[in-house]
Amino acid sequence: MSIPILTLLVLVPLAGAIAVSFLANTNESLVKNVALVSSIATGLLTVWMLVKFPTGSAGFEFVSKHAWVSEWGISWHLGVDGISLFLVVLTGILFPLVIIGIDPHHDHKQYLVWMLVLEAGVMGSFLSLDLFLFFVFFEIVLVPMYFLIGKWGYDQRVYAATKFFIYTMAGSAFMLVGIVATAFLARRDIGHLSFDLIEIANKSHFATGTGRWLFVAFVIAFAVKVPLFPLHTWLPDAHTQAPTGGSVILAGVLLKMGTYGLLRFGVYLFPEAAVWAKPILLTLAVIGIIYGAIAATMQKDLKRLVAYSSVAHLGFIVLGTFALTNQAITGGVMQMVNHGISTGALFLMVGMIYERRHTRAIAELKGIQAVAPIFAGFFTLVMLSSIGLPGLNGFVGEFLVLIGSFTTARWWVIAATTGVILAALYLLWAYQRVFHGEPDEANKSFAEITKREAMLLSVFVAAIVFTGVYPKPMLNRIEPSVKSLLEHVESHSNYKQPEIKAGE
Amino acid sequence: MMLAANMFIGPAIDWFKVSPFLFMLGGVLLLILAGSLTPQWKSGAYGIVGALTAAGSAVCTAMLWRDLGDGKPTSLLANSLSFSKFSLFATFSIAIATLLAILVASGFLVREGEDGPEVFALILSASIGGMVMVQANDLIVMFLGLETLSLAFYLLTASSRGRSASGEAGLKYFVLGGFASAFFLYGVALVFGASGSTNIEKIAASLSKDMVLGGTSSMLLAGIALLLVGFGFKVSLVPFHTWTADVYQGAPTPITALMGSVGKTAAFVALFRVFTVALSSRSDDWRPVVVVLAVLTLVVGSVLAVVQTDVKRMLAYSSISHAGFILVGLVAAGHSASEDAGLGTSGALSYLFIYSVLVVGTLGIVSIVAGKGDNETALSAFKGLGKSNPVLAMGMTVLLLAQAGVPLTSGFVAKFGIIRAAVSTGSYALAVVAMLAAVIAAFLYLRIMVSMWLAESTTSRDVAATFSVKAAVAVCVGVTLVLGFFPSLLLQFTNQL
Repeated sequence: MSIPILTLLVLVPLAGAIAVSFLANTNESLVKNVALVSSIATGLLTVWMLVKFPTGSAGFEFVSKHAWVSEWGISWHLGVDGISLFLVVLTGILFPLVIIGIDPHHDHKQYLVWMLVLEAGVMGSFLSLDLFLFFVFFEIVLVPMYFLIGKWGYDQRVYAATKFFIYTMAGSAFMLVGIVATAFLARRDIGHLSFDLIEIANKSHFATGTGRWLFVAFVIAFAVKVPLFPLHTWLPDAHTQAPTGGSVILAGVLLKMGTYGLLRFGVYLFPEAAVWAKPILLTLAVIGIIYGAIAATMQKDLKRLVAYSSVAHLGFIVLGTFALTNQAITGGVMQMVNHGISTGALFLMVGMIYERRHTRAIAELKGIQAVAPIFAGFFTLVMLSSIGLPGLNGFVGEFLVLIGSFTTARWWVIAATTGVILAALYLLWAYQRVFHGEPDEANKSFAEITKREAMLLSVFVAAIVFTGVYPKPMLNRIEPSVKSLLEHVESHSNYKQPEIKAGE
Repeated sequence: MMLAANMFIGPAIDWFKVSPFLFMLGGVLLLILAGSLTPQWKSGAYGIVGALTAAGSAVCTAMLWRDLGDGKPTSLLANSLSFSKFSLFATFSIAIATLLAILVASGFLVREGEDGPEVFALILSASIGGMVMVQANDLIVMFLGLETLSLAFYLLTASSRGRSASGEAGLKYFVLGGFASAFFLYGVALVFGASGSTNIEKIAASLSKDMVLGGTSSMLLAGIALLLVGFGFKVSLVPFHTWTADVYQGAPTPITALMGSVGKTAAFVALFRVFTVALSSRSDDWRPVVVVLAVLTLVVGSVLAVVQTDVKRMLAYSSISHAGFILVGLVAAGHSASEDAGLGTSGALSYLFIYSVLVVGTLGIVSIVAGKGDNETALSAFKGLGKSNPVLAMGMTVLLLAQAGVPLTSGFVAKFGIIRAAVSTGSYALAVVAMLAAVIAAFLYLRIMVSMWLAESTTSRDVAATFSVKAAVAVCVGVTLVLGFFPSLLLQFTNQL
């Protein structure tokens, strides 16, 4: 590959951020256009990458590797495989949509700078194949997100932003020690100090106990990020206080850094430990599913409700990941992307409601369907996708997770299935309260969706329907990588996934 | 050995190899003599002379480093100073930190209307003391350096005549510092008693011979303990840290910067040299103590930093927390059996260099915000800085994020070097404690950032800065970012230590 496309994916938004920061504050449209150009360029690059990505390839594509800190065995090593492919595309598409569609109301320039820095950081996290490099991106993401929540958020923004920063940083503290320990312990097997993910995964042989400790260090960081019960308490605050754009990005891609990390760094580096930790992680995931759903039901604030529903949905992803079967992990990866689309859209619409009514309290909203039917239609569709209605995207991932996990994690799956029902409960109940009935005085003037908003939502809806009806192109690209990951797990531990013969 | 006057033969002196000192000394003499014999120079001229002196010293050190090449470490002046990459790197750090601190001090003094030669002469003297400490090959010489450094610091702390807090801090520092020096000297005496020498290499040789014969004598153990107390005071380890916050707050802000950079570097490097060279054979005796001190320092420093309301006090406690981090490097360097023990030393020296730059930059900005009179250092003084002075606030943000150890800043490189050293020698728990302490400390830096960016200003003050302060801060921010993106620029040197 002659063009270092993955490097560009990181550098283009970064260059955009630098360019924007040098523009004059006063020229708002120029600032916005520059930011748009760089984010759209990044989005187009991801689409081009998707087109060029060879279907059926299980390994890393478009790899670019350069020495960075040679003294420490650290390199600039980027690559993309089926697991990260769609997360990268999602990132590439979500950011320009957020930049076009959501108005931060004040300090546009700074907002856009942080958005673009955030995009570069997220891209880097999904693409890094070097432990050190991954950590750099994983951690640097906190800074723009901190400012986005702290500066453009709602009343409790500083509290929420600080909580988010400290929680995630505390998790990363363990991971940093884990990363360094991994590299040093692997040095014996590799022969030199290296932070290269692939090299360590293939050549190192950690003692059983050591591998488990290291795995735990990584999992703590990712569990905070996902967030996995009981480390989830930062999420409702961060989501509720973040500006709409921040929420969409947070739910859409940032949380996926945790679930992606569990797969890419947890399971891949420490297969034996992943098999060992399976019961506890599955249990936490299922607790998250049920607890998140119940908590969502109880919320009075629409945005908080969606935030708790995220906890539940991400529980499904973790369930799929640690069920350790081809189908379940493929479903988990699908669910990562689908949750990004559906929940991103939900946050977007909650933001639209807030723009119109300046409240998110469910009790104060009523009968919106009567005054804004098109808006209600969009909301219904996105909500149904979040519930997991067949024919829409949410169903594909959730179904694959549940069916794939059934052979290896039967009882957990049975418990998790109640989460599906609860999801229907809290979302439909919220919908009933907000959209049905006769609009009262305050809600009578609820404005119908604008053309710009409709176009924005159409992109989401198109993705929701297309993936729901025809998931095959996605599955074809994800599956080979998942298969090779599980082969790696099987060859590095005494785990064997149960064989399912056709017609059984 | 009998020493009669006619038998005394002066040591051969390789003048070029002591040029970093000579440069500084020349600067001091020029400032004191010419400064007192001539009428008041043009505004800022004293600072320029001081800065050029420090820069000259840094250049000489760099040239010496190049000349040394891959050569073996030697000693100078009849074995009283060591001449190695280790000592040269530390000397270079001190010279650079001095240069930056002088730039800050120069602008500060001009603003306060106190421009004069004395402060610069004292800063340079302090640096000479620091350089002697880091190069000392003999505990007595080290003590001379320590006293030179300390005496200059006492005076500098009290040098702000307009503020009573400054005099109070100076007195407090003097009394407590005197105690610490006494502890140190007593420690030297006991170590001399146990080993028969004050020369660092001879102590090491003598002690490792003793090791074969018998265990560690209680005299030596007491000596080690006293040395640790003396050093512990100078680098402000918990529980010898109580002076730090008051002195940091009371001292004129540029002097606080000097203490945090030059003072800390000198004392820490001397500590490393004594413990990892002279006392390396007794590392099993001192390492557990150092582990406890490191944990205490990390945790207490970070926790107390968070509850402060004055930025200078915050930075004082955060400097304590940073000292704990560097001490983790000493624990790693104490694993003399491990092939990776050297990582502790090189990690700590990188940390000290990086931290020096950070602390001078941060306090440079604090000195700008503090305004005339140097009094506005409360957290509330930073409110709304992001709006009124975005460039300055951005610089401060970079420096604070670096202190918090966020990637792509030099602070992360520093922390990573220490964590790497700790992990490579198997101190996993200590590494985790250090990282968690860094997270607690991050909260403090966030508080300052919140104040700058997210809080509305209640009063509008304009913060004006002179060119020299701005230049110093710009250099600090630049170094912080460049080393964050390209750590190799620093690591290629510290890896040779």
